[in-house]
Amino acid sequence: MEQSDDKTIGQSDNKTNPFEPRILAFLCNWCSYAGADLAGVSRFQYPTTFRVIRVPCSGRINPLYIIKALQSGFDGVLVSGCHPGDCHYISGNYFARRRFALLKKFLEYLGIEPERVQFSWVSAAEGARFAKVVKQVTDDIRKCGPMNYFKKNRNFVERVL
Amino acid sequence: MKRAEHEIRSNVGKLLKQKKIDVFIGYEKGTLPLRTSPCFVSSEKEARKLIWNSFCTNNLAVYLPHIMSRVKNKRSTRVGIICKGCDSRSLVELIKEKQLTRDQIYIIGISCSGMVDYKRILSQVNSDEVIGVDETADEITVRSKEGERVFSKEENLCEPCRTCKHAVPTVYDMLIRTAQQPRQATTSDSTVHDFLMKPREERWQILEQELGQCIRCYACRNACPNCYCKECFAEQTKPRWFGVTTDLTDIIFYHTIRIFHQAGRCVDCGACVRACPMNINLRLFTRMLVDEVKERFGYEPGVAPEELQPLATYSAKDKQDFMIEPE
Repeated sequence: MEQSDDKTIGQSDNKTNPFEPRILAFLCNWCSYAGADLAGVSRFQYPTTFRVIRVPCSGRINPLYIIKALQSGFDGVLVSGCHPGDCHYISGNYFARRRFALLKKFLEYLGIEPERVQFSWVSAAEGARFAKVVKQVTDDIRKCGPMNYFKKNRNFVERVL
Repeated sequence: MKRAEHEIRSNVGKLLKQKKIDVFIGYEKGTLPLRTSPCFVSSEKEARKLIWNSFCTNNLAVYLPHIMSRVKNKRSTRVGIICKGCDSRSLVELIKEKQLTRDQIYIIGISCSGMVDYKRILSQVNSDEVIGVDETADEITVRSKEGERVFSKEENLCEPCRTCKHAVPTVYDMLIRTAQQPRQATTSDSTVHDFLMKPREERWQILEQELGQCIRCYACRNACPNCYCKECFAEQTKPRWFGVTTDLTDIIFYHTIRIFHQAGRCVDCGACVRACPMNINLRLFTRMLVDEVKERFGYEPGVAPEELQPLATYSAKDKQDFMIEPE
């Protein structure tokens, strides 16, 4: 594949910054997962830092999953769902939005960098937007460095993924 | 105090005699000085052991979901309970969550003037030598072998009582007033604000220090009226969410999730803090969600019985400033 201009934004430059974060993404089946699919089909370049779990709706995300991901050794978590008003289940993402607002503030209050847990809306038609989200989240988390203060089993992610 | 105690006894006796309630949950004298213990009263004669003083700290609402899930005849069983401001707010939340119905309970509300932190007083006297305690409107007199010592109530209040804005119960069937004025806090709570002033790394360090003392006895969960799940996530085995270890991350995991489960439901009664045998300042973390919910959704748990809980509803206009918007 040809190198695109985006190379410097997304991909790790091994000489100066060897840290490549591992990020867990929860994508909603109806919008963001299809958006990610479209990004792939359209051949947009974006970093390979994401491991995706497909969920039926962003409202399906239990805050427990997010904290579990961090404890298991992921450097960051992204949750992405349908834009407000577009939820396949009418209101799932509205409920999720309230929950995430509190969770994000709460984790920041406890002393976890706010960049580590991020939320976004990506529709099925927004492949380019998905690629941008991935780049931005990866850059943010790369700046934070490895999540080493809340990792339980330091080898879990390396072993499994 | 004595008058309130007398009123409670005679009213509970009457209610039990007239069969208006089947059982009454109140406080009796504790086995140690400066303590009270919750008790269940089911006859007029037993009602005489009920007491009321500044050490009746336990949030009695914690018993109701358990009792209601066990009684056979739900429709005809009626439980009486004595409620301070915070306990009544817990009840309102439990009713909203359909753990009980309003007509299953008979609430004797008591206008609260703030509860006294017994640990704070005991730390100032030699606890082995306390013989007795007397109480007036503003002072606690502790008698010990060394003599008497007088403590001001105001200076030894429980932490949440200092900034309590709803000392008079929000729901009740009968209200008992004590000799003192119900507490009306003028200052707002600065716990969260002060903590946020610290840099991020220091906040995490404090969290690790506080929760590092945790022995995972789950007393905070058992004392909390909101924690009535039949199977707690902490004990689930399919899947097992986190390890049963003394690993610090497991402990932090447990507390973060348990506290987050109280988002929009926590009435800041302080039961978890008082129950903690290791004196962990859990309120430092629980209080944050109370403040955040109030600021973001304008919701105060337990105050308005008709209002929906913030996480059980939504508005299309909710702020989403925290979400990322790539350029």
